[in-house]
Amino acid sequence: MADMNRERHRTRETAFYLFTQQSLPACKPVLTPGWVITIFLFMGLIFIPVGLITLRASHSVVEIVDRYDTECVPEAFRIDKISYIQDDSIPKNCSRFMKVHKYMKAPIYIYYQLDNYYQNHRRYVKSRSDKQLLHGQKYHDTSSCQPVELNSGQPIVPCGLIAWSLFNDSFTFIRERAELKVNRKNIAWKSDRDHKFGKNVHPFNFQNGTLIGGGKLNPKIPLSDQEDLIVWMRTSALPSFRKLYGRIEEDLDADDVIVVNLMNNYNTYSFGGKKKLVLSTSSWLGGKNDFLGHACVIIGSSSLILAIVFTLLHLKYRRPHGDTSYLPWNRKSLSG
Amino acid sequence: MPRQGSWGSMELHNNCNTRASFDISRSSSLAQENLSKSQRIRNKSVDFDDNLPHAENPRLIYINDPRRTNDKYEFTGNEIRTSKYTLITFLPKNLFIQFHRVAYLYFLAIAALNQLPPLAVFGRTVSLFPLLFVLCVTAIKDGYEDWRRHRSDRNENNRESLVLQAGEFQMKKWKTIRAGEVVKIHADETIPCDMVLLGTSDPSGLAYIQTMNLDGESNLKTRYARQETASSIFEGCNVLGLIRCEQPNRNIYEFTANMEFNGHRFPLSQSNIVLRGCQLKNTDWIIGVVVYAGQETKAMLNSAVSPSKRSKLESYMNRETLWLSIFLLVMCSVVAVGMGLWLHRHKDELETLPYYRKTYIRNGRENDNDTNLSLYYYGVGTLTENKMEFRKASVYGKDYSSSNFTEDSLQDDNIRDAAVSSRWKLKSEISVDSELMNFLHKDLAGDERIAAYLFFLTLAACNTVIPIVSQDASSGHGRSDSWGEVKAIDYQGESPDEQALVSAASAYGYTLHERTSGHIVIDVNGDKLRLDVLGLHEFDSVRKRMSVVIRFPDNTIKVLVKGADTTMFSILARDTEKDNLIRQVTQSHLTEYSSEGLRTLVVAARDLTDAELEQWQCRYEDASTSLIDRAAKLRQTAALVECNLNLLGATAIEDKLQDGVPEAIEALRQAGIKVWVLTGDKQETAISIGLSCKLLTADMQQIIINGNSEEECRNLLTDAKTRYGVQPAHRKNENSKRSNNPQNGYFEIPDDAKSSNVLQPCSGKEEPDVCAPLALIIDGNSLVYILEKDLESELFDIATSCKVVLCCRVAPLQKAGIVDLIKSRTDDMTLAIGANDVSMIQMADVGVGICGQEGRQAVMASDFAMGQFRFLKRLLLVHGHWNYQRVGYLVLYNFYRNAVFVLMLFWYILCTAFSTTSALTDWSSVFYSVIYTSVPTIVVGILDKDLSHKTLLKYPKLYGAGHRHEAYNLQLFWITMIDTLWQSLVLFYIPLFTYKESSIDIWSIGSLWTIAVVILVNMHLAMDIRRWVFITHAAVWGSIIITYACMVVLDSIPIFPNYWTIYHLAKSPTYWLTILLIIIVALLPRFLFKVIHQIFWPSDIQIAREAEILRKATPNLRSKPNEDSS
Repeated sequence: MADMNRERHRTRETAFYLFTQQSLPACKPVLTPGWVITIFLFMGLIFIPVGLITLRASHSVVEIVDRYDTECVPEAFRIDKISYIQDDSIPKNCSRFMKVHKYMKAPIYIYYQLDNYYQNHRRYVKSRSDKQLLHGQKYHDTSSCQPVELNSGQPIVPCGLIAWSLFNDSFTFIRERAELKVNRKNIAWKSDRDHKFGKNVHPFNFQNGTLIGGGKLNPKIPLSDQEDLIVWMRTSALPSFRKLYGRIEEDLDADDVIVVNLMNNYNTYSFGGKKKLVLSTSSWLGGKNDFLGHACVIIGSSSLILAIVFTLLHLKYRRPHGDTSYLPWNRKSLSG
Repeated sequence: MPRQGSWGSMELHNNCNTRASFDISRSSSLAQENLSKSQRIRNKSVDFDDNLPHAENPRLIYINDPRRTNDKYEFTGNEIRTSKYTLITFLPKNLFIQFHRVAYLYFLAIAALNQLPPLAVFGRTVSLFPLLFVLCVTAIKDGYEDWRRHRSDRNENNRESLVLQAGEFQMKKWKTIRAGEVVKIHADETIPCDMVLLGTSDPSGLAYIQTMNLDGESNLKTRYARQETASSIFEGCNVLGLIRCEQPNRNIYEFTANMEFNGHRFPLSQSNIVLRGCQLKNTDWIIGVVVYAGQETKAMLNSAVSPSKRSKLESYMNRETLWLSIFLLVMCSVVAVGMGLWLHRHKDELETLPYYRKTYIRNGRENDNDTNLSLYYYGVGTLTENKMEFRKASVYGKDYSSSNFTEDSLQDDNIRDAAVSSRWKLKSEISVDSELMNFLHKDLAGDERIAAYLFFLTLAACNTVIPIVSQDASSGHGRSDSWGEVKAIDYQGESPDEQALVSAASAYGYTLHERTSGHIVIDVNGDKLRLDVLGLHEFDSVRKRMSVVIRFPDNTIKVLVKGADTTMFSILARDTEKDNLIRQVTQSHLTEYSSEGLRTLVVAARDLTDAELEQWQCRYEDASTSLIDRAAKLRQTAALVECNLNLLGATAIEDKLQDGVPEAIEALRQAGIKVWVLTGDKQETAISIGLSCKLLTADMQQIIINGNSEEECRNLLTDAKTRYGVQPAHRKNENSKRSNNPQNGYFEIPDDAKSSNVLQPCSGKEEPDVCAPLALIIDGNSLVYILEKDLESELFDIATSCKVVLCCRVAPLQKAGIVDLIKSRTDDMTLAIGANDVSMIQMADVGVGICGQEGRQAVMASDFAMGQFRFLKRLLLVHGHWNYQRVGYLVLYNFYRNAVFVLMLFWYILCTAFSTTSALTDWSSVFYSVIYTSVPTIVVGILDKDLSHKTLLKYPKLYGAGHRHEAYNLQLFWITMIDTLWQSLVLFYIPLFTYKESSIDIWSIGSLWTIAVVILVNMHLAMDIRRWVFITHAAVWGSIIITYACMVVLDSIPIFPNYWTIYHLAKSPTYWLTILLIIIVALLPRFLFKVIHQIFWPSDIQIAREAEILRKATPNLRSKPNEDSS
């Protein structure tokens, strides 16, 4: 018996024993009013400044948006835009004026924005072959690219709906008769250029089929340098999205007027999609979006209010913590 | 867990049913229907020897002639196989068994659908991953277990024993042993197969075996070789003969056979067979002939598993799973309709067909965790005896129960023979009554003195106890010649009552010294008295007595009988005035004893005339050799000698209550558990035990129902109902009742007349207790009438309005019947606790076995096993509470965890033209429940505790949280679901607004959602964890880190479209701010709700928890729990 006790005593020491007997040292948090008020105060003090900083950053961003899909269709064709866009004989060039209302510091990002364009549709998203993009014709299985996979028995490079529907409007920018230099390099992710799109893969039979979708690609340039394609292939998450077109590397002054000469090639008319051109500067937080800042400020201030409410409630209806006379059966016996 | 021998439970079941039938028939005119019912479920062996004439199909064993034995019949060899699979059958069989789970079938269906390209949501391999993972883990586990079984089978099969081959004993592997062979076993060796004993190292053919492996009882059992064969074996002759025995069956307590040897034919019974798995003890060697080998041995035939039980929460959970399925279907149809409409609107440009399908139910697998957790329990494994103590005696009408039971009152008494005290040292000290002791040392003259002499002789002789003499450094094994040395005697017996009586006799100078099948030696105050045992009628539950026929050295023949008072008084001689007087006095003594809670036995004896002896002997031989109906024949034979007995006296044995029983019962009652005691004891004993364990209190109104006919019972019931104004019981929302069993055994068959309690929780509502609390006491006889007839509901009404229900004189099967009654009439859960009521334990929702002296059958049939009754308090109040809180929380959490994920995916689907695009990568969707969030769930399910065990034991009423369904109910479920809805909306819309009209791509936002949902559910869990240990920290924070690690790895593989996403995101402050905002906004309502609830409407548990942790001094603690117990 004594031996057993000693034995037990020894094993009791070990961590495993503590674990199996569930007597590991533990921290048992209790939500006392003090803690609750502190937490709310703390949250208020964190979120309000963060929200204000965020808002400031968002406000510092200058953004010019110009919707051009309707305006760029000649009046005569406004009733039947589809026939306009599908008719190759009609010239598609169009000029737009954009007024800079506030000083914009370089780099100024040029985005095209598409609305009501479901690039996240299941069949669309899946219709690509990452292996083919990297290895080209060496990779034969393009079944995932349905319905745009083969052209006269040969796999299309690059295959799939996404590539087929490549956006092909183009923009040039003129300020005071001088063309603004647009840097169209490095608009895609470096990782995509280096590792996802093959350096030796050339789009030799792209858009050669019976049904022509979007833009064509220069067969001499390997996929890894086709940055528009790379940007396009990073399918967007939401039905309204922007894609980077290039960067203007000059500052724009307030009241500058930019003339945009564009080729309105891309057919969004058949499904009622909108096309917009966006010029935007950027902050450390990215583009213009007040949502984060507003949300933070709201959360912060409601936390502060809650902290005050709890303090008042605590002062008014104080319940002694851990007083077992509040246990229901004790309460009963007190009253009875 | 009690499943240490997988064959345990079935055997117990059968065995118990057999016993139950005896019990019922014994109680006078008890339920014939019950009897027939029990017979129906008795195993086939019983059917066999009941119905089939033995001549029809006996198994013929030619001793030491295995060739001839195995010639005609295909007996199995001794090779055993406990493994389930072979290399070839493993895969199909294992898969078949695994797919018995519906959840697996569901996942298989999902995986199969995913193989069809148009329906594939995940990639083909990815969709198989969860199912394959689970299947593989289970298969590997099963395979490993089976490999271990194979290995142990191989070890077992390759063990060696001495087998008679070509005239001498040679080692032979177990697997090659065949029926009919003669095997020799040495001390401490294990028996390789079921063997009939032929001879042993003891000239009289006695052997001791330990049946621990078989039934868990640790005491030694005696087995005898028949005298005829034993002597020839002992002389070294070969034995040749023929054994006819029954076909193999799984009843380990019965064996019927006979043996032809040297032209004689004699019976073999249970006491002549040693079973596989037993160990030989205290005997140098035995020689036996193999009758059953390998798979046909009783041990192997008993390998079966008892049925599984389900918790109530599990069924609730299924209900909620159904809800969620409906919910999911609605979601699916929304998607389908939406997609259809969208396509309709846009059918010009897309000529696709609507593909839609049910996607993501991931609840099924998680639920398994919970059910396993409900069995999470740490064994409280100390084994304690229920000590029987000889307390009082009434000899020849004189009560020796005065208070002078002192141990050393006789130390200086010169009458006491110094030799006696020095020679025999009992393992336990027994206090003796000095008056009786003095009286016993007077000369042997006068009726009273002779009666006292016979009284103690009976106590010493009329039993099946085996004395084991351990010598302290004295001469060899001849135990008879070494007088003068101090010896210790250890009495080994199957019944603790008998041991107590023999020990008592020894204390009074009548020491049982030696027992063989033919004679016993009793040391009477130093003189050795050798008595020849001519016959022994063992205890059975019909006669409820035991008798031995012995021949004294002076050739007088006496029958010594002891038995229960109910059956003994009717067979006493009623000749003289004196007899009647003694009878009356003894009877009054008995009533007195039993009212004190002691167990009583009546002792009687008579002389046999030569004629009577001859007649009896003739019948006895006949009966004991018969193969059919031996028990009944023996009973008739016993009736020949068990009549006209002279009353010698009565004994009273105290069955000490275990430590802490009253406290435990009190605590359980405070916890709102209704306690029903079901006992085999008689009414007085039951009531006195009830009083001593504080179950009954003096201020209770006792309703006693002990009618002898249907009419009488009906009257008693209606009378009680009107008198105490009992309303018909409404179905109350009680949720668990319990039963239990403190030990009150009868001697001889220790496990037949046990008591047990059914505990049942009161409803949480107060019942208007106008008058004193009621206690219902009902006996087995009345129960028969009540349960058989339509009085059941009346009884039930009364029983539910009583605070205590005490059923006495109930047979084991009736106990099961009562549990069944409660189960069928209420929604309550039943918990049965007992040491031997296997059928009751299996019937109840939760069966708890107590391992005590009574053997471990109950333990093997039970769900939980414990050493003492008082641990039940801890099991229920502490572990039960923790488990309930954990499981309740985890069920809700798992619903939440999966629903929030699915809803998040669902909202996104609405943004993708209802096309079921998932922004998350396939791998992340799969890993979400398998890797990212599973570990914290398990850790919390194991380690979280809301209150310490001290607090829980201090306030038993905290257990009421379970009755009130506080941790899990429909309301909580819906609140959780609303919270889930909110959280999923936050999860979806905050990134949506943040990245509105931005260039974010689908994989980046998917990556953001993945990490956000993982952090969110882990934070949600973290907010509710009540006890943080380092493992919890590791699990919760580790999960988040592992998620990041997985995502980094997945985003580093160029072939995935999501390549390099996380690296881009991590550079952006917006990403981090969004995650922070999601977590805070999503959890804010929950946090507020929790805080307001805890501060202003705290639950009992919350208050107790604060008290425990903040350690506030609460002076009024101690008095409180008692005050409200009334």
